[in-house]
Amino acid sequence: MDPYVLKTLNAERRARRAAVLVTDLGDGRDRVVREGDTVAGELGAAIERAFRTGLSGSVEAEGRSFFLNAHLPQPRLVVIGAVHISQALAPMARIAGYPVEIIDPRSAFATPDRFPDVPLHAEWPQDVLARQPLDGYTALAAVTHDPKIDDFALKAALEARCFYVGALGSRKTHAKRVERLLALGAGVEDIARIHSPIGVDIGAASPAEIAVAVLAEVIDAFRSRGLQRKGEAA
Amino acid sequence: MNSTYLDEVRDPLLIAEDWMKNGKDVAIATVVETWGSAPRQAGSHLVIDAEGNFHGSVSGGCVEGAVVAEALDVIGSGKAKMLEFGVADETAWQVGLSCGGRIKVYLERLG
Repeated sequence: MDPYVLKTLNAERRARRAAVLVTDLGDGRDRVVREGDTVAGELGAAIERAFRTGLSGSVEAEGRSFFLNAHLPQPRLVVIGAVHISQALAPMARIAGYPVEIIDPRSAFATPDRFPDVPLHAEWPQDVLARQPLDGYTALAAVTHDPKIDDFALKAALEARCFYVGALGSRKTHAKRVERLLALGAGVEDIARIHSPIGVDIGAASPAEIAVAVLAEVIDAFRSRGLQRKGEAA
Repeated sequence: MNSTYLDEVRDPLLIAEDWMKNGKDVAIATVVETWGSAPRQAGSHLVIDAEGNFHGSVSGGCVEGAVVAEALDVIGSGKAKMLEFGVADETAWQVGLSCGGRIKVYLERLG
């Protein structure tokens, strides 16, 4: 492996950016391909697949044998709101492979006692997200019901191209939210990416069931990144 | 808080970079293909230095010893090697995979 290639790859991984290490198994030459870089031909198609699935593997292309090692950032879930739903969502999501962080400026809600072993920020989302920006491998679920807390985070999630953005609230609540986000300068198409009412429709009633519905929606969004959704027009 | 979720202490590629910065000679082993039941998926790494210290894994501990031994060769010669392990391997008694799978490991020198 080329030392410069290793340094580049590790820098990408530390910055939470997806990269594929391409090694020619014939002559040992390697290079780092970043997400969005254009690579032509069969090799390019295989690299694109590696980015989408996160799976590493050997491929034959252009008469040569390559190994593609996909390095995708660990997906994570940022929850705005230290509420009852979040108490169920945090352990479930962690088990499913989506570590959770919770942000809620209401210190009565955001207590370690209510959220043992969960990274917890009893601060405004704007302060936390300035330190720890959102990215394309982060999901954001806003569940406080309070526009003062949720709105900024939702707009930030859309701007950061979070792979999932969900917001708790009825259709009526969401209609008002859309108006507010438009007033904040969010685009119509971006706003349409918000999942609301939140969660897959499984008739969830209790906070824990709603957590299951939200987690299912997050997983669906992550596993279908860049894919044409069933039944959707091109 | 470590929001990258990289394990700075155990991540083989971060360790390899660190070793390199400290002037060590390093070999990197990568699982490039698996058949059947294999303990570590394609893309997994084992990194080895010239003293035989190693981090990471390419199996559940079944073949690491053999890979480390080969790594000292690769560090010396600079020539990459493709290693195959499995129950059908004639060296199965020493370094076979007890799980019954087969793996192919690409072993190369860093630099």
